[in-house]
Amino acid sequence: MSFLSLVNVSKQYGATTAVADVSLYIEKGEFVTLLGPSGCGKTTTLQMIAGFAEVSSGRILLDGHDITHSKPNTRGLGIVFQSYALFPHMTVRDNVSFGLEMRRMPRAERLERIHATLDLVHLTALADRYPRELSGGQRQRVALARALVIEPPVLLLDEPLSNLDAKLREEMQFELRNIQRKVGTTTVMVTHDQAEALSISDRVVVMQAGRVTQVDAPYTLYDQPQTRFISTFVGKANLLTGQTITSGVNGRVQIGSMQLAVHDLRSDPGSEVLLSVRPEKITLLAPDQGLLNGVVTARFFLGAQWIYYFRTAIGELIVVSQNSDLQPLQEQDELGLSWSSNSLRLLTGAATLA
Amino acid sequence: MTNTRFLRPWFLSGPALLLFTALLVAPLILTGLLSFHVFDQVKGITQSWTVDHYLAVMVDPYYHVIFWRTFWISALTALICIVIGVPEAYILSRMSNPWRSLFLLVLLAPLLVSVVVRSFGWSMLLGPQGIVHAVLQIFGAGSIRILYTESAIMIAMVHVMLPFMVIPVWTSLQKLDPQVQDAALSLNATPFTTMRRIIFPQIMPGILSGSLIVFGLSASSFVIPGLLGGRRLKMVATIVYDEYMHELNWPLGAAIALILLIANLLIMVTYNRVVEGRYKKALG
Repeated sequence: MSFLSLVNVSKQYGATTAVADVSLYIEKGEFVTLLGPSGCGKTTTLQMIAGFAEVSSGRILLDGHDITHSKPNTRGLGIVFQSYALFPHMTVRDNVSFGLEMRRMPRAERLERIHATLDLVHLTALADRYPRELSGGQRQRVALARALVIEPPVLLLDEPLSNLDAKLREEMQFELRNIQRKVGTTTVMVTHDQAEALSISDRVVVMQAGRVTQVDAPYTLYDQPQTRFISTFVGKANLLTGQTITSGVNGRVQIGSMQLAVHDLRSDPGSEVLLSVRPEKITLLAPDQGLLNGVVTARFFLGAQWIYYFRTAIGELIVVSQNSDLQPLQEQDELGLSWSSNSLRLLTGAATLA
Repeated sequence: MTNTRFLRPWFLSGPALLLFTALLVAPLILTGLLSFHVFDQVKGITQSWTVDHYLAVMVDPYYHVIFWRTFWISALTALICIVIGVPEAYILSRMSNPWRSLFLLVLLAPLLVSVVVRSFGWSMLLGPQGIVHAVLQIFGAGSIRILYTESAIMIAMVHVMLPFMVIPVWTSLQKLDPQVQDAALSLNATPFTTMRRIIFPQIMPGILSGSLIVFGLSASSFVIPGLLGGRRLKMVATIVYDEYMHELNWPLGAAIALILLIANLLIMVTYNRVVEGRYKKALG
């Protein structure tokens, strides 16, 4: 029995289906992220858990209790909103205090809890400020403190970092994760940022067009994407279409004029297949030393890495290589490209989820 | 160069400044001067100076009653407008679009009809042969006189003033982040507590400006007390009219008008200070 379960949950707005038949089982203390492009139903799913959107069909269970149709103000969940939704007319302390006052907690205990929570998010010094006197990152912390102070069974985060600038976002990612580890609250986060999802979650739920397409640990999700959509939405990927010649452990695929070895190929001989290979799994060798040759057509410097675009016999390939002490490649350089046969992943659902 | 830069603001604000001076400042000064002239029953306005008109208003209980009536009617009108207008604006802001536009139009439509016409309408409804009287009698209320009482003035006043309360409140409701309400609900607040502790303090500036507009307009209103207060139930604006048009005592009329203006300003500034002082720090 999972701590938070969504069983065949759907949401219809008139004729359009925002969320279709989503089932999700979240364990106590887990950090689960719903990842997807805008309009994929991830926010609606979160709102159904929070109680702000009515569930059209299916059930939501929290710790064994059916909360599908209970009112949002009886669920007791901690929610961090995308806009933070702080009470603008209250100080930081009063913001954090509000949830405890609603629970009629005695004053002494309340002050103690507020103090401990503000300490947790490093805001003790700003307790008497008003929200408009705080920076974006500080507001974010107030929102987090306000949600955590009530010690909710589940913490819901709706795009919590999307309003922060890039550097702050990265800092807050790790801080969010540390705080969550410390208090051990079961957390569900919604984001469209794959890097954010990968770096802080225990499990990532990829959603597309109202459906869940893959649920996996971040590493597995990245390394073994199951669909074309996931392989390109989560990180970059080179996609290759071909035809299976032999399947099994030593599978072979015909791509254009060349044959490639694919480890553990599970598809029928003669069938069309879609393969993906991650750009960083491709190694660069001297010409004619690799599986095929390629010519650099464009290059981009990202600091830690270079991104090279190669023109090859099987189409354009992206290669990511570390910025090492070696001279970077120039445009028009010709090199050999190589990868191991188990770097190639077979993608399914290519036709339906293109 | 420096010269044109210095003059430019004056050129740009010139037309409005001229208009204000000609149409507001000059008449006010003239009214002020007029109020210090001696009035003689036979000779009319004379060229000698006096403060007797001000003293008369300060001392005579007749004027006290009228000033007091004007201010309590205006204050109560503002209060009733808050009680009706704030929930109305809230409901309006929660409506979705075809209905919201429609109801907003319904709310504003009375502003398109002349106050005189509306007041006559109310005097017919509230009169002894009117519908309101008939309905009250069905419920066994006996013969209650509404027309030519303070109640009649206030009923018509609230009807006229309501848009001036709803619009500022509605505007400040539009500025609220709807997620803030959800946040309060998620922290176990009941809808009522959310309203009282989260929404109400945030729309306080709207309520403040709404009540200032309503109070100010009510305290200086003339048509409604004139038509629905009858000959005996006077308010300040009607007494000013009487002094000018019936008694022909223009200096006394001018003095009363200026006292009303100053009293009105004092009350509004004090109210503004008190209410704003409480919320300014929080709302910026």
